[in-house]
Amino acid sequence: MSATILFWSIAVAQVLLAAAMVVTLYRLVIGPRAQDRVLSLDAMYVIAMLLLVTFGMRVGSVIYFEVALLIGLLGFVGTVALAKFLMRGEVIE
Amino acid sequence: MSFDDVPLWAAILVSALVLMGAVLTLIGAIGLTRMPSFYQRIHMPTLGTSFGAIGVLAASAILSTIGEERLIAHEFLIFIFVSVTTPVTLMLLARAALHRDRVEGSIEVPAVVVRPVDQ
Repeated sequence: MSATILFWSIAVAQVLLAAAMVVTLYRLVIGPRAQDRVLSLDAMYVIAMLLLVTFGMRVGSVIYFEVALLIGLLGFVGTVALAKFLMRGEVIE
Repeated sequence: MSFDDVPLWAAILVSALVLMGAVLTLIGAIGLTRMPSFYQRIHMPTLGTSFGAIGVLAASAILSTIGEERLIAHEFLIFIFVSVTTPVTLMLLARAALHRDRVEGSIEVPAVVVRPVDQ
């Protein structure tokens, strides 16, 4: 009983997160200006991180957690670098 | 660990949390697509990074705690990191967008505010 509930709820959550990723990808493609694209990329890495956490719940492995932590770290650095590039025109001054 | 060992109340709790997180993240993504201007759009991903992340990460922590029969809270680390870094990135991005709009002379944002000199 509880295995069925858990299996289906995690599967539905994965489908919803994948749909969120597709919707964000739409904004990434049509985004009228560069800051819209950077914003949707920032949202997309958060969604990818949550999707990896749900994969880890399904498999019961710690490796997915570590990948999610790594995505969180690198996404932060990437968004800061892109915002700085939009502001100044160069990343390292 | 198999899902059959999980008691029913924990299964229902984990399901509710993970579904809440996924639905809120999806609402944030839809808002990111539908909002008309950039300064309104920049609010929407925070729904995914705050309540979406709380739901999914708490569900994962509860499931692994029950599976291993000891406290596992390393998902808390991701949550702290995300909730600390998201305001920083979004504020930098908003300042960059404001700077670009002002340089362009867009009518959407006010020009540089000149404060009155103290009497």
